[in-house]
Amino acid sequence: MAMLEVKDLEVYYGVIQAIKGISFEVNKGEVIALIGANGAGKTTTLHTVTGLLTPKKGQVIFEGKDITKVPAHKIVSMGMAHVPEGRRVFAELSVYENLKMGAYTRKDKNEIEESLANVYKRFPRLEERKNQMAGTLSGGEQQMLAMGRALMSKPKIILMDEPSMGLSPILVNEIFDIIRSVSESGTTVLLVEQNAKKALSIADRAYVLETGKIVLEGNAKDLLEDDSIKKAYLGE
Amino acid sequence: MSFISYLINGLSLGSVYAIIALGYTMVYGIAKMLNFAHGDVIMIGAYMALLAMTQAGMSPVIAVLIAIVVCTVLGVVIERIAYKPLRNAASSLSVLITAIGVSYLLQNIALLAFGSNAKTFPSVIKWSGITLADGQLNISGVTVVTIGVCLVIMVVLVAFVQKSKPGQAMRAVSEDKGAAQLMGINVNATIALTFAIGSALAAVAGVLYCSAYPSVTPYTGAMPGIKAFVAAVFGGIGSIPGAFIGGLILGIIEIFGRAYITSQLADALVFAVLIIVLLVKPTGLLGKKIQEKV
Repeated sequence: MAMLEVKDLEVYYGVIQAIKGISFEVNKGEVIALIGANGAGKTTTLHTVTGLLTPKKGQVIFEGKDITKVPAHKIVSMGMAHVPEGRRVFAELSVYENLKMGAYTRKDKNEIEESLANVYKRFPRLEERKNQMAGTLSGGEQQMLAMGRALMSKPKIILMDEPSMGLSPILVNEIFDIIRSVSESGTTVLLVEQNAKKALSIADRAYVLETGKIVLEGNAKDLLEDDSIKKAYLGE
Repeated sequence: MSFISYLINGLSLGSVYAIIALGYTMVYGIAKMLNFAHGDVIMIGAYMALLAMTQAGMSPVIAVLIAIVVCTVLGVVIERIAYKPLRNAASSLSVLITAIGVSYLLQNIALLAFGSNAKTFPSVIKWSGITLADGQLNISGVTVVTIGVCLVIMVVLVAFVQKSKPGQAMRAVSEDKGAAQLMGINVNATIALTFAIGSALAAVAGVLYCSAYPSVTPYTGAMPGIKAFVAAVFGGIGSIPGAFIGGLILGIIEIFGRAYITSQLADALVFAVLIIVLLVKPTGLLGKKIQEKV
């Protein structure tokens, strides 16, 4: 059974249909990429999965439970964390307070400290800046903070929306190394990216979205070699 | 000596404005709306305390507690019925107009229930106060208690927002509702809590205000409400220390205006402050710059 299963999802903004019946699944331990151009519906899909949007039709099933109508604030304690597009760290809270916010629903004090130590180990720069306001961090550091904050909830699956957006190529590589190591430490990853090449390079499988529909799916390696993908998304 | 006496009276009036302004500023910071019915909750609080003392013969302390409970429930109910359905409305104007409507509704309910005649508000604070400088300076008990209560509220509120878990949730919601939800924060519950706190403070302010100016009418809350709104804007709306400082300064300006210029101009002076602040520093003394999101 898949860990996360999305079935025939249809999402509307008012009268405009953004998602036109998509289905995909994520198995435990996988890194799955959703790729596609701007406006293809990638972010809308993630928002629907975590309950920020409600679909008109279709289902989201997580670990066998239908979570389609579960409100967003109840999702994280089920083991699903969402790193939103544009980081959305709390700018006026310190780095430390942001990370603590990630563990908002957890009550196990000692284990929270342990998670915090793990996050600092993974992102040493966050520890250096723990008392700094999050708004004063650079884009790359904010991305790390957003990821660290999500990891503080001890998720089984982490959803990442455009983690490479607006970052320099060096930082993009760094962020993708981190995503890989998060996956290697046992967390399932659902990654949304415009940077198809990077996404496919770390993903196991991928789905290609175009104007609200999945037009192609397969192993990431095969998609990297696919002519239509090369032409449309890899600029080759 | 009269200068010091005016200053202390100003601080006392300003303390009441500050307590009311805290309600305005917290609701604005978290729900991003101006709750113009906030002033009328003060009036309801004052009537509740009045009824509890005169009709039911309760002790002032119990009466104040009853006023707090009634106003807290009232604030949450108003939010639930009138504002929550409009939270995702296309225009923030609809919430603003609704708030003005709620304000008139509360005034007219009070008119119906208690009549339009001013009712004398019994003194809650029996203590006669302190006399200093060989009897030249007398500070009334109400004045001392008002300033003291305001300081305590301020300290407790700042600690609550900075340190407690619901306080942290409030800060997160005020910055980014969507991201707060992703952290597992119940945004609706957090907004309801904010209204509850703001309305409880309104009840306290109502009792203190009517203790200093001992009469209640259905319109009692309107003027201090609107002045506290000016105080919140003056201090920087959304900022808790801003509401505190704005309230105190406004109270002092008003009393000095009454004493040294003319009492007829005192109210105009307060609103002149609003106009000047909006011209010179639209974000207020401690207000945040509104940053464009990249």
